[in-house]
Amino acid sequence: MTTQSLKVTSPRALARARKRQSAARFWKSYRSHKGGLWGLGLLFLIALVAILAPVLVGEDSQSVTDAPGGPLEGPSGEFPLGTDQFGRSVLALVVYGARVSLTVGLLAAFLCVAIGTVIGIVAGHFRGWYSTVLMRITDWFLVMPTLVLAIALATVMDRSMWTVIIAIGVTTWPTTARLVRAQTLAVESRPYIERARALGGGHGHIMTRHVLPNVMPLVLAQTTMIISSAILTEATLAFLGLSDPTITSWGGMLQDAREAGAVSAGDWWYLAPPGIAIAVVALSFTLCGRAVESVLNPKLGVRS
Amino acid sequence: MTLLEVKDLEVTYAGGAQAVRGVNLSVAAGQKLGIAGESGCGKSTLALALLRLLPAGTKVSGEILLNGEDVLAMKWGRVRAVRWAGASIVFQGAMHSLNAVHRVGDQIAEPILLHKKATQAGAKKKVAELLEHVGLPAARAESYPHELSGGQRQRVMIAMALACEPELIIADEPTTALDVMIQAQILRLIEQLVAEQDLGLIMISHDLAVLSDTCDRLAVMYAGRVVEEGPALEVYENAVHPYGKALSAAFPTIGDPASRFAPRGLPGDPPDPSALPSGCTFHPRCPVALDVCAAEDQALREAGPERRAACVHVGPTDASTSAVDARSTTA
Amino acid sequence: MTADSTPALVQPADGPDGDPASAGPSSAARGPRARNTKAYVQYAAAKIAGAVVSLFAVLVTSFFLFRLIPSDPVKQMTGGKRVSAEQLENLRHQFGLDQPMWKQFTSYIGDALTGDFGTSYQFHTPVIDKIADALPATLLLTGTAYVLYSALGIWLGTRTAWRNGSRSDRFNTAFALTLYSVPSFWLGLLLIIVFSVGIGPIPGMFPTGGLESGGETGFAYVIDVAHHLVLPVITLVAVGYAQTLLVMRSSLLDEMGSDYLTTARAKGLRDDVVRRKHAVPNAMLPTFTLMFVNLGHVVAGQILVETVFSWPGLGGLFYSALSVPDLPLVQGLFFVFATAVILANTLADILYPLLDPRVGR
Repeated sequence: MTTQSLKVTSPRALARARKRQSAARFWKSYRSHKGGLWGLGLLFLIALVAILAPVLVGEDSQSVTDAPGGPLEGPSGEFPLGTDQFGRSVLALVVYGARVSLTVGLLAAFLCVAIGTVIGIVAGHFRGWYSTVLMRITDWFLVMPTLVLAIALATVMDRSMWTVIIAIGVTTWPTTARLVRAQTLAVESRPYIERARALGGGHGHIMTRHVLPNVMPLVLAQTTMIISSAILTEATLAFLGLSDPTITSWGGMLQDAREAGAVSAGDWWYLAPPGIAIAVVALSFTLCGRAVESVLNPKLGVRS
Repeated sequence: MTLLEVKDLEVTYAGGAQAVRGVNLSVAAGQKLGIAGESGCGKSTLALALLRLLPAGTKVSGEILLNGEDVLAMKWGRVRAVRWAGASIVFQGAMHSLNAVHRVGDQIAEPILLHKKATQAGAKKKVAELLEHVGLPAARAESYPHELSGGQRQRVMIAMALACEPELIIADEPTTALDVMIQAQILRLIEQLVAEQDLGLIMISHDLAVLSDTCDRLAVMYAGRVVEEGPALEVYENAVHPYGKALSAAFPTIGDPASRFAPRGLPGDPPDPSALPSGCTFHPRCPVALDVCAAEDQALREAGPERRAACVHVGPTDASTSAVDARSTTA
Repeated sequence: MTADSTPALVQPADGPDGDPASAGPSSAARGPRARNTKAYVQYAAAKIAGAVVSLFAVLVTSFFLFRLIPSDPVKQMTGGKRVSAEQLENLRHQFGLDQPMWKQFTSYIGDALTGDFGTSYQFHTPVIDKIADALPATLLLTGTAYVLYSALGIWLGTRTAWRNGSRSDRFNTAFALTLYSVPSFWLGLLLIIVFSVGIGPIPGMFPTGGLESGGETGFAYVIDVAHHLVLPVITLVAVGYAQTLLVMRSSLLDEMGSDYLTTARAKGLRDDVVRRKHAVPNAMLPTFTLMFVNLGHVVAGQILVETVFSWPGLGGLFYSALSVPDLPLVQGLFFVFATAVILANTLADILYPLLDPRVGR
């Protein structure tokens, strides 16, 4: 569609133009947060590395059978971060680990936010006993020790990446649900919701067309924070041996290192990189989340 | 000696906003000065500046002579000693000005213990006296702020302001958040206390009617400056500066049906203090502006006995006739 | 009951506006007090009732979690080992899995109420005994760390917020955010490598794990345990103080512009008195809630650090139970952990009104 000379007047085009404008405003404000830019830059880099892993370090670097080096070699020209107990390059494993970490972090956070948003909007929109029951369940989940619950879930289910994703998603949604419910109540008290209702808008229409778009920005900030903690939880579960042992993840690498005696042997080059990788990714998401949060809520601006 | 004398006070915030631009004021013991203006005209900044309560990084220049001693030149220890004991403040919105987690009695006792070196028992006795003095039962000392009504909280604020027997009380919008009946009660209380104890009072409000009722003298502020001052009733009923006129016309006069049916506001908003208009800062909103107003700043000048105004239409010779009646022009 | 939100503020219970005369001294003195106490008792009772419901819900959840989700609990427990059909049958009988579901459920609830969580599959001792044995070690480690990191977090959080935007504020916040992103078990492993095993010029100064070297008595024993405590406590403090700092910092920043602080300054109070007496008590409210959530985790949360340092506490026990998996033990620990968190939250709810007079009266 040409935008320069043609006067666009269809409501859809107008809405699109408005969205573009607010996105530009958002970015302008986001740009002023140094931490947020750092986080975004790092994430971009890490995502690139994860996608290009086979090109960067070779497709067969995860294979145990034809590993190129000797077991637990120190850093050298060939293996900048040394080798693991099977003789695989630690650097290559760290690069591959980014894939699992990002996948699990994103999917688990998505699951968590999806559950939390649906429950939050429904509990905020409807009145009556089912809304109360939903909130009681949410409150109850909220006081459960999340990690313990996730561990218990992962223990009783099969060992796989999906188990980890489900265990994290199912245990972390209540915070989002509370947040979304509060926001839903705030949005629904505005006059235009009443107008929509008077014009015959049904529950579904109001929830998806009016409440959801207004809740989304808040959910976005929340999501970035959740990804960060999901990545930490994933590493924890993998370290406890509750994830799929055949895939390379940073938490799993740390478990392997510990079992191979890297700790007592003082093989820091094997132990340090996966932990640093976890911390960098988690920190990047946290930084982005804080920046988004302070863009949406300028009162927090001083906190960046 | 005048109790408080402010000379050429200028306040510039860290962001570059010029909130107060060369204000001169004086208050004698027993005198009540009202400061009026729209929100954002610098009147609250002025109040905070008097006790050096503005945030760090704010530039303040000029002189603030409290009993002849320049507050701006004091060491911090001396400033703290003067605060509350020399001059105290009644803030607007007492709900937020009182600390929610302390009992009101303790909050009133705090400055007494600090400045008067009183014993706990002595302070407690004084608190009871103060509360009864402002018309609250002494037992209210045990209450928390949220347990009191708006009017009661403002009475607590006034009791607190009197705690160290200061010579000057600064009341910043003391009645704004209250409904009309309570507003009248609180105003009477303030008037009565000021008269009893021969205090100096600076009362800040956007409500010209309230000020003219309570105060002896009135200063109207616009964009960080006093644009008109004089005896309270005269300024209220017969303002000479077009802004003063607009402000008093914004309140319907009782007994004047014309004003009731046509309350007048002023078009536009007060200027952004970090980007003030050229010349007279009021000229973009002024109904009687001349070409010269956009170019030349207007200083305060004589406008009759004990009256001054900063307007090109005000001359020392025939103040009342040359000032064009703002009400006659359409906005 | 909520962990992250403060209890709802109660609307001011005041009479008609501006009625100083009508509010007689007697009604003002006794009325609100008596009313407050009664309201508080009701509030506390409601919170306790809520906790009881939650605890029951935990019991029910753990029943279903460990019996319904695994396709065959006994098969899962025996893992890949060769077990005869007869042995499996015995195990099923031992855990009561051959009985109808409703009967399993009622006997499970009955047993749990008397503190009987069954017999550990790997240790062949009652689950409750294993838990009781491991509890003191956990309390010692995480309790020590809890006190230290709470104090450190509140102190640093207050300092950084009060000097918002300064170089030390930026440094402290960045440092806390970084430690907040570090997995605790990894930090523990690194500390072991550096300070226990020794790296380069640094000699191994601390034990690699455990609670004691054995054989010591009296004062020497105390020193020995303290020596073993150093590294795990440092690990827990490092990852724990950050959250307290960030919460304290942001809640104090929220208070910074408040009018009551201007009032306090106008009274002539010194800056540090304004901070200590006026700002911090208000800013403490959200931090207080967080501290009680963390208190629950003194029992529950430190599975990883205990595992890494081979600490003989509940966390280490949980890990050993997981790797079997020893379902009765996992189940018992799950209940204990959840109970600790629920009790701590309830305690926070009950104590909260004592800190914030606006709540619960």
